[in-house]
Order: sequence, then structure tokens, then C-alpha cells
Amino acid sequence: MTTTTLDFDTIKTQEYLVNMGPQHPSTHGVLRLVLKLEGEIVHNVDPVVGYIHSGIEKMCESLTYPQIPHLTDRMDYLSAHMNNEAVALCVENALQIEVPDRVKVIRTIMDELQRLASHQLWWCVMGMDMGALTTFFYGLRDRELILDIFEETCGARLTLNYSTPGGVMFDIHPNFQKRVKDFVKYFRAKLPEYNQLLSGNVIFRERTIGIGYLSKEDAIAWGVTGPSGRASGFACDVRKHHPYSAYDRVSFNEILRTEGDTYARYQARVDEMAESLDIIEQLIDNIPQGDHQVKMKGVIKLPEGEYYQRVETARGELGVFIVSDGKKNPYRVKFRSPGFSNLAALNHMSKGAKIADLVAIMSTLDLVIPDIDR
Amino acid sequence: MKAIFHYVNDIIKGLSTLVSGMAVTGHYFFRPKLITTQQYPENRSTLKMKERFRGEVIMPHDTNNHHRCTGCGICEMNCPNGSIEIITKMIETPEGKKKKVIDKHIYHLGMCTLCNLCIKACPTGAIVMGQNFEHAVWDRSKLTKVLNQPGSEIMTEVKE
Repeated sequence: MTTTTLDFDTIKTQEYLVNMGPQHPSTHGVLRLVLKLEGEIVHNVDPVVGYIHSGIEKMCESLTYPQIPHLTDRMDYLSAHMNNEAVALCVENALQIEVPDRVKVIRTIMDELQRLASHQLWWCVMGMDMGALTTFFYGLRDRELILDIFEETCGARLTLNYSTPGGVMFDIHPNFQKRVKDFVKYFRAKLPEYNQLLSGNVIFRERTIGIGYLSKEDAIAWGVTGPSGRASGFACDVRKHHPYSAYDRVSFNEILRTEGDTYARYQARVDEMAESLDIIEQLIDNIPQGDHQVKMKGVIKLPEGEYYQRVETARGELGVFIVSDGKKNPYRVKFRSPGFSNLAALNHMSKGAKIADLVAIMSTLDLVIPDIDR
Repeated sequence: MKAIFHYVNDIIKGLSTLVSGMAVTGHYFFRPKLITTQQYPENRSTLKMKERFRGEVIMPHDTNNHHRCTGCGICEMNCPNGSIEIITKMIETPEGKKKKVIDKHIYHLGMCTLCNLCIKACPTGAIVMGQNFEHAVWDRSKLTKVLNQPGSEIMTEVKE
């Protein structure tokens, strides 16, 4: 009997391809990732998008300008108000309409509430991806209060369609200010709970710190914006650098971190929640009096030309590009969605990581699939 | 020796973070009053939606079966996805004049995105948003509704 010695250096596992998704719970929707694996090590991630492509850009070409915002609700449904506002601002800039101060302040407060709601949901799901189901209940409990505020003022919880070209759909509800103040007070007390539950947890820290590193240069090169980009040190906050609505009259910090790993992206979002509360507190007591809507023409026609407007959604920079040929419908509409650009960097970030780490990395990118496919 | 110290230290630190997390969940476990879950559908009788809540488009009628719709078709024009169809008919008024009135205000709930543009555009306030949100039916054709009740007429005070 002969004994064979194994030379472990020459033994290689065969590379193989695995589909993750499109029906995988932690791809947050119908995103399909084709993974090239060696054992458990990810060598290549190839995202396949288009499973929930709804042709929103094309549909916009046959709609009038007041009708477009209601479709953008369905793009990034967790940042519905920012999407509405982006279209509204773009049309207003093209027509050179100055909306009343009241509209600007209401929009800014709604933006920040929406950002909080989005980050809360992200936080729940982040915990859930890591295997901590408890966080899901705590995040949704607080998000419910924001949705109640939306329901009272906007009439809907998710697809708000609140910002329209020339103003907002309704004036704020008489209870709005009281409810928002109550919420800010409530959530300030609850935010430490988030850190206590998840941020400090030893399992969570072990699984996130040092995973999925993205350098500042790479963030800029891949166009990673939003909290994911800012965690790598890329100062890309549109609210700070190109203020719109009432962001020029509030003071807040742009959350910048230098680590660029999964934990930094997590921390950037949690810190952003506190900043959002600050912004709401500065504005809620002094909402100026005035109209909630500018008198617009019955049929809105944009002058011939190209118009671009960007806003900061909860995920990053959303750009709206409208080409008008002077008719009541746009000639072409293009949305630069943050999710699509952020997803592009996934392959770069997750090379050499384990499959379980890939879930963590994807979770901190905060992907919303209809936003990617549009 | 140092390695063992770090090893034990890490375990103790790790356990303490777990305990601090458990403190939060334990806090709520012993205070069931702080739980905010709504017991739907048990609370259906007391559940009241907010007044602006957009559930479906409805056309309110008064006790004499009168509505406010003139059949102008502005809601149909403003609808982004063709959920509203207006069918009008010509009638002869007692004075002998011919007048266009609404025959059927057809509303496809299955296509509606509840964007509120029709209600915002309606010049006479004939349609409003209803609070009903339980729309599930077994047959898709039940989602197509005629909003004006049979035999209803326009209110006399509504100017065209």
C-alpha cells in the first residue's frame, strides 16, 4: 500500500458560476447576480438587471409634465418624495418659476422625513440580512409614525405624489407641525436604541468592519454617491454643494468618513438620521405663510431645450434630464438613478470576499431594484 | 499569557454587547403597552383612515340621487393611465334646449394609481377620494365601476 502525499498548493477548486437571485431574499427584489466562485470566495460579481424594468422613461414621453411625478414614485419607492421633487424642480427651473417659501420649506421637511423613513427601513433590512430579525420590528415601528404623518398630509403612505410642478398637492394638515415635533422628540430618544441593538453588537461588527473596502478614488471613479460614497470620503452631498429648496437656509453637517468599509457605510447612514432630525427641527417651527401652489397654466409647455436637475435622495444623487421640443410632452426623459451607479461598484468591492460578506456589502449599498431598472 | 488575556477579554466584551442588545428587547418584552402593532382585521370596526387618504375615486350623491358631475371630461384628460372614461348623452331639457349630460362615468380601479390628479382638476368637485382600501375581489371585471348611480341627475346649482 502506498501513501500519497497531498500537495495543498497545487490543489485548486474549480471555478463555478452560481446565480444569486432573482428570487433571493437578500437581493432586496428581483436582482440577479451571477457569481463566479472558488469555494466560498467570490471572484467576480456580474449583476444582471432588467427583471423589473417598467419603461418609466419611455412612458414619460407620452405624459404631460404634471403627470410625470406620479410615475417617479414607483422608481425609488422609498424616496418617493425626493423623486417627485426632482421632476418638479426641473420643470420649475425650465419655466423659471419661483415657488413660494412655504413650498420650499414644506418640501425640505418632507424630504428629510422621507430620508429618515428610508434609512429606518434600510437599517431594519441591514440587520435582517445579517441574521438579526429583531431589528426589523424596531425600525418599522418608528417608520410607521412617519408614514402616518405622510398619510395625514399627502394622502398616501408610499406613493405620495405630493410635489407637483409649481408647488405641493395639498397644504400641510393642521396637525402636521405637532405630529412632526412629537416624532422628532420620540425618535431622538429611540436612536440610541439602534446603536445599542446593532451598531455595538460583536457579531455585527466582526462581519462588517474591514469588509468591502472602497477607496475615495474608486468611489469617484464608479460614481458611488450618497451615504455609500460619503463613507469613503467622497464629499458628494447635493444638499450641501448645490442646495435646492430650503437647504441653503439650514445648517447641517455632511457626514464624511474615511474608512470606506461596510461598517463606515452603516455608520454614515445612522449618523445621517441624526442630521435629518436636526434639519427638521430647524425648519418645523418657522414654516412661512403663503400659498402652497403657484398658479400654473392649464397646459404646461416647456420651452425648447435641455434641462437637468439633481437632488439628493436617500441613496445618492438623482438626476432628471428633460429634453423638450416645446410641446406639452417631453421629447426625452432620462433619470440618473443612484442605485444603478452604486450597483456598478459592487463587483469591485466584493472581489475576494466571502458569499456572506457579499450580502453585507450589498446591504450597505441600499439597493432598490425598481430604481436600478426604472 | 497576553494572548489568553485578549482572548478572554474579547469574549467578555462580546457578551456584554449581546447583553446590552438583549436589554433593549427585554425592556419591551416586559412592557407590552409600548407595542404599537395594529390588530387588523380585528379592529376593522374602529379603524378610521385619515381624511385625505386616497383609497379609490368615488362620486358623492345627495339624498335625492343628485351628483355634481357635468360630464366635461377634464378628469379623463388629466388621468395619466386611462382609468377614467366619460360617456355623455344628449337630452332635451323641459325648455326644449338640447343639453349634454353624463351618461356613464366609468372608473377602472385596476388601472388607477391613485395620483389625485383627476380630483385636483375637477372644476365642480364632483369626484373625491374615498377611504375604502379593501379592494380585493375574485373577478377582475368587478374593478370596473360606474361612479354615477343609475337614474342620478346633476344638481341644479352646479354651473357648467
